[in-house]
Amino acid sequence: MAFKRENNRKMEEMRPVEMKVGVVKEADGSAMVALGSTRAIAAVYGPRELHPKHRQNNERAILQCKYMMAPFSTKERVRPGPSRRSVEISKVTRDALEPALFLEDFPRTTIDVYIIILEANAGTRTVGINAASLALADAGVQMRDLVSSVAVGKIEGQCALDLEGEEEEATACDLPIAYMPRYKKFTLLQMDGNISKKDVKNLIQLGVKGCEILYKKQREALLKKWSAKEAKE
Amino acid sequence: MNIQQDYISNIVKKGRRIDGRKLEESRKIIIEKDVINNAEGSAKVKIGDTEVIAGVKMDVGEPFPDTPNEGVLIVNAEFSPLASPEFELGPPGEDAIELARIVDRGIRESKCIDMEKLCIKKGEKVWMVFIDVQPINHDGNLIDASGIAAIAALLNTKMPEYNEKEERVNYEKRKGKLPVREKPIPVTIAQINDKLVIDPGREEEDFMASRITVTTKDDDNICAMQKGGKGGFSIEMLEEAIDLAVKEGKARRKML
Repeated sequence: MAFKRENNRKMEEMRPVEMKVGVVKEADGSAMVALGSTRAIAAVYGPRELHPKHRQNNERAILQCKYMMAPFSTKERVRPGPSRRSVEISKVTRDALEPALFLEDFPRTTIDVYIIILEANAGTRTVGINAASLALADAGVQMRDLVSSVAVGKIEGQCALDLEGEEEEATACDLPIAYMPRYKKFTLLQMDGNISKKDVKNLIQLGVKGCEILYKKQREALLKKWSAKEAKE
Repeated sequence: MNIQQDYISNIVKKGRRIDGRKLEESRKIIIEKDVINNAEGSAKVKIGDTEVIAGVKMDVGEPFPDTPNEGVLIVNAEFSPLASPEFELGPPGEDAIELARIVDRGIRESKCIDMEKLCIKKGEKVWMVFIDVQPINHDGNLIDASGIAAIAALLNTKMPEYNEKEERVNYEKRKGKLPVREKPIPVTIAQINDKLVIDPGREEEDFMASRITVTTKDDDNICAMQKGGKGGFSIEMLEEAIDLAVKEGKARRKML
């Protein structure tokens, strides 16, 4: 009996993707991304003046990322405030986004990225990165490329794209990646589990395919907002 | 670009490093076990001038509700300002938290501790294993030093006795060894000027584009990975780094 995924999803198929740019009016840039029922909102403020002043860098902007889960986002309530997990995810998110930016163009400023997970059903860090990358583009921050992100795993011997819910228990590993598809560079790579070197390499290739799909959707979402705006003007 | 960065990146392009190492050469690793008497297990690891002590303490506590018949593992790292001018006082920052979580994942995912053997009474009482990592001198690559120190400390951990009548842990009496069946080894590789270097020193870390840590098990399978740093990896670089890490992990495992 082969492993059955929710909604008859194929092993190499992504969950339904939903993306919307410009969901937080007050922010300089913002986006909502949902993969299945995992849903995140990201907002970008900046480049703006950084306080306290002694933290300013005279040569470049600093990028600050904050990932947080809404207390109601999981079955068991998430305690508000930073946890070790959220601090780590905030850091790897920053590392995933920074390669796409030209921080040296905005000395002494900060670019602040806030990510809130509204509903969690696996893959929150990757959904958050997709949203954050869109929000940065929406804010008009120059970028080398968009960053797309997805997690892959291996369930009952088969490579599986975009793990969801209970699949995280069934998989031999959880391997989230972030990738700049045009630039062909990995900006996030984490893994836990137990698989061979060969499997790791195959999974990374599958992840790239997933990111390429998301990349298209991200571009569409951006065009949807910005071409509509142009038409109005 | 500053002069030091220029120097490091040019010399790497020529296949050498500032301290005279080859690109794929680790600094000398020295592992000293059983360095703290009061700890259940401990180890001091030196990689070049980088020095880390890991200590294992054990206590009895409640299991997590989703694993009622398994012991609890907690890894923590504290970067004291004693070890580097870069470290500041205060609660663990994101670097310390990331390091602890990389070490934690290597140990947890390799299943190196037989957690079920740490159950005293299902759902109520289990052994808790605390691994505390304390850098003594930071000259780069604290991740590998900490990971090696953690597994070395686990390997010489002797369990204290639990007095069930008095519900008290007796640290005076040490019984059997902690059931450890794997040796997960982290290998960190930095990317500098489009070249890969194993075991980056502190200055190399300051100017590297990015790094990746790959943790391997006894059978060369991979149990944890983590990319860090401001740059990205191409697929070729990534695959090369994984190959290098498997090879280097094998060599390091023999030192334990």
